[in-house]
Order: sequence, then C-alpha cells, then structure tokens
Amino acid sequence: MTLPLIIYRSLRQHALSTLVTAGSIALACGLLMTVWAVKTQSQSAFATTGGTFDAVLGARGSKLQLVLNAIFHLEASPGNLAYADYEFIKRHPAVKAAFPIAVGDNLRGYRLVGTLPEFFTELTLALEPGGRWFAGEAKEAVAGSFAAERLGLKSGDTFHPFHGLAYDERSQHAETYTVTGVLRSTNTPMDRVIWIPLRGVQTMSGHDPRAATDISAVLVQLRAPTAGFMLDLMYNKQGNRLTFAYPVGTIIAELFSKIAWFDRVLELVAYLVALVAAGSVLASIYNSMSARQRDLAILRSLGARRRMIFGAVVCEAAVIGVLGSLAGLGVYLALLASAASVIRAQTGVVLAVWHWQPVLAACPAAMIALCALGGVVPALKAYRTPVAATLAPVS
Amino acid sequence: MLAVADLRKSYRSPEGETAVIVDIPAWSVAAGEQVALRGESGSGKTTFLHLLAGILAAEAGRVMIDGAEMTALGEPQRDRLRAEKLGYIFQTFNLLQGYTVLENVVLGMAFGPRGADRAHAREMLERVGLGHRLGHYPRQLSTGQQQRVAVARALVNRPKLVLADEPTGNLDRRHARESLALIREVCREHAAALLLVSHDEDVLREFDRVQDFKAINRALR
Repeated sequence: MTLPLIIYRSLRQHALSTLVTAGSIALACGLLMTVWAVKTQSQSAFATTGGTFDAVLGARGSKLQLVLNAIFHLEASPGNLAYADYEFIKRHPAVKAAFPIAVGDNLRGYRLVGTLPEFFTELTLALEPGGRWFAGEAKEAVAGSFAAERLGLKSGDTFHPFHGLAYDERSQHAETYTVTGVLRSTNTPMDRVIWIPLRGVQTMSGHDPRAATDISAVLVQLRAPTAGFMLDLMYNKQGNRLTFAYPVGTIIAELFSKIAWFDRVLELVAYLVALVAAGSVLASIYNSMSARQRDLAILRSLGARRRMIFGAVVCEAAVIGVLGSLAGLGVYLALLASAASVIRAQTGVVLAVWHWQPVLAACPAAMIALCALGGVVPALKAYRTPVAATLAPVS
Repeated sequence: MLAVADLRKSYRSPEGETAVIVDIPAWSVAAGEQVALRGESGSGKTTFLHLLAGILAAEAGRVMIDGAEMTALGEPQRDRLRAEKLGYIFQTFNLLQGYTVLENVVLGMAFGPRGADRAHAREMLERVGLGHRLGHYPRQLSTGQQQRVAVARALVNRPKLVLADEPTGNLDRRHARESLALIREVCREHAAALLLVSHDEDVLREFDRVQDFKAINRALR
C-alpha cells in the first residue's frame, strides 16, 4: 500500500498539472482511436453495404461514380441507359437478380429513387408496422427510415417532389405522392432515400419525355463471381456504350485508396499529439521534481530504497497515462458518435460506436507505456536525489 | 548499541581545498542510553548524524549499530538498516506536507521489515496526544504538534536508536521543555537509545551524559 499511497499523494499534490497532462493524453488517445475506428469501420461498412450487389450497370463513364450514385446515393448519375439494357442483363444466365433504378428528383435534399416493387421483396426488406409497399404505377412512396425521421414522414403523408438531386424550393413538381410505408432501418444508404415507382421518376412532369423509358442504373446480383469477369469483358472491353462496374468491393477499395492520404494526415496528427502528450508527462513531472525532491529525500531518510523512488515516479507517469487513456475512451466515444452521425447523415452508412476493436486496448496500452517511458527521465533525477544535501544541514 | 571507530568525512570546498568535517577515533552509546551532543552551529554535528544514519557514506572508519556495521554495507542495505533500527527527528521536522498526520507516521514504518501498520501508527499518535488529528495535514497543526508527529514517526518502528537533530530548535521555551520530555519518555518506553544534538543549555541540563562534540571530533581541534 506504500507505493500506491506515494503515487496517489504525489498526483494529488500536483493535481492541476496531472489534470492538464491527463487531458492532453485523453485528447491524443481519443483522436488516435477515432481516426483508426472511423477508417476501419467505414471501410468495412462501405464494403458490407456494397456487398448487397455484385455489380452496377450504367452509362459509359466512371465506375466509381456509378457505384457511388447507384448504391450509396451520392454523386450525380453519369447518364442514362435504356430500359431494354435492364431487360437484357436481367435475362442473362449469369445474373441472379437485377433491379433498375432511376434518379433525378429529391424531397428537401433527400433523393427520390425510382425502382420496381420486387426490389423490396427480393431483397427481403421490411416495413415498419402499418405500412405497405407502393403499387408499381401509383404515385406512392416508401420512405427510408433515416429520411422519414429527418423529414417527419409517416404513412399517409403526402408530398410534392422537387426536381434535381439538389434541393431548390423553386423547382417543385406538381405531382403529389402519398407515403405508404416507412422502411425498417437497414443501416445502409437505402435509409436515406425515398423510394417511388420507377415510372414515377420516368414520367415526372418537367422531365424530358424522350427519357421516359430510360433508367439511371441497374443493380446486379450474380450467380457466380466468375460471371462478373465475363460481363466485364462484354460491356467494358467489347462494348463502348455502357459501363459494368465490377467488382463493387474493389471499386470501393479504390475510393478509400484515393482518400488514404487524408487518413495518413489525421494519423500523423494523432501520433504527433501522442508524442506531445508523452513529452508533457515528462516535462510536468520533471519540472515539479525540484519541489518533490525534499519529499523524496525525506522518504529516503525513512528507509525508502532508490529503486522504489524510481519506480514510484515511473508508476506515477504510467498512472497519468491510465487516467488519460480512460478519459480518452470518453473522448473516443464522443468523437466517434459525432463522426458516425455525420457519416450517417451524409452517406447512410452506420458506424457502430460501441463496437469493440483491438485498437481500444492497443492505443491505451501504448499511451500508458509511452507515459511510463516519459517518466523515466524524471525518475532518474529522483533516483539521484542527494538525501543529505537536500535535507540541508541546519545545526 | 552505537559504536564509532576512526570515522572520517571531508568535503571539497569550491576553491578545491579538502576540509575534514568529521574525524572521530572512537565513541559509543549504550543500549537505552540517552546522550546529548553539544556543539556550535556549523561544527559538523548534522553531518555526523547523517553518517550514523547511513544517509551519508563515510570515507573511512566504522559505524556499528546494534551489531551491524553500517559503513560496510551497500546503499540498499544501509537503507534497510536505517528503516529497521533507526528513528530520526529533524530540527525542521521534515514532515511530508502532502500527507496526513497518520500517513506521515505510517511511512515511518513502511520501509522496515514489519511494513505499514496503521493501527500501531494510530496508537503512537494517541500516545503523543494527536489521536484526534489523524486526518489533518501538517500545515494545519501548530509547531509543537508537528514536532510530536515527527516524534511519533521516529519511534513508530520501534527503533533501537533515535537520532534527534536540534529537535527543540524551532520551539519556544515551554514547548521545547514539553517536547524534550516527550521524546525522552517515549524513547524510555520503547527502550531506544537517544542521541540528541543541541546547543541549548536548558536542553543539555536535562541529560545525565552530555558529550561535547569538539572533544570527540579531531577535525575541530
């Protein structure tokens, strides 16, 4: 109990510097864990979301844009393709299922996506109690859970869509749509969308009548992965009119490799903060060493060994690391919850705030070790405290 | 109990000259004996006590405490011997300001072989009349009370020898007398030998054996 008492009293005596130092460690630890968690979780969540579909067929253009537009409901559509292209790929023996989608309208910033009713049934999606799927030709809508929550939509509500993917209150369509149900949360970008019949988007007032049979993309599920390479060859190499974005996972990985530099910058900043925090442990204990030396000399005069004094200072630094790391978990939860909320609002991808990850143990352990290491220099000074000179002769 | 032979300690002055501070051919204190050491300020009495306590390493000679040769031991063993057999009362008490009265006394025994015993520390504080001040901090006590904490801390580990360096130097006459009586009484109760350094004649008069430091320290001749 002697060592804990000495550490506790020392921390209490220097409570302000302990708090400030632990605070900087909390910030460093929280930042490091958040950067790591956002990176790994968002990559995994995007891959999982994309994993519902094996490929996307769309107009000639960027595969990444096609995937982002069709699956994540981000970005503009690269163009349209004919409904016949959907019918062709749907009948292809390598294709297990295909769903056409059409975009081009929004409701106060939330996309309206046109599709066929079988999209919901074949993907075994569920509705909140009291709702029903829309009829194929009716002016009806099923709201994604997040969009419904943000827009305050419920079954029976009506709305007028707005033209374009960006909300402009002056470009309201005349049609009135009735909400028939709210999609049960899928924790995917589907939650951020208001689903209406495909014909609805195609024939919306003000849309080009020549595009009345066009669609924006086809979401494709394959029977076997090898079939994807065959279709890739057919559409991308032999043809020049359409783009077959396959495999979706690889395309998403490309997206993350494009923004990897941002992760690296954040990581470097976090490492820098961690180093500064460890340095501040060293500096705060070292600077207070002059004030502590008398106490240490008294302890030595009472019989405390040098190595115990050394251990007490190193342990004190480690305890500051422990306190900072514990607070860092709080910082992590707060930062991740904020990041998750922004990512969900912007992409529909949901990050699990309470999800356990090895970094939650590795980062605090590394911070504690770093702090203990920072304590070695002041501990050496404490170790060398000259007892007789410090307890200066007075007679 | 305490025996010193050919004990020598010198310091190097800033000018580079070596000045011998302590040079004692032979001196001893019997078990349970109470001895006062008289000497002028700056005569090396504190250095002598530090040598006896093993806080300072001697250049030459021997210090025997309860049969153990302090001067032949390495530093960790000296620390252990000090924690086990010695109690030290400083002139300025040297209490740990960030610790409670009880914790200060507990630490007086924490490094010895018996380890921390809060119940015994509490008893010791009750013995010196501070049973009602256990949770106080030294700054919340009067000077006389702080002195009593220092006495309790020095004696809590049942030492064989108590070294007291001008223990009444910071007290007024009445408190000095009371404090001295307490130190001597508690040492007697615990059968501890007492070596008390002072230049206060009132204090010295209380002792049967008063040793003039100049008489044993050849460095002062």
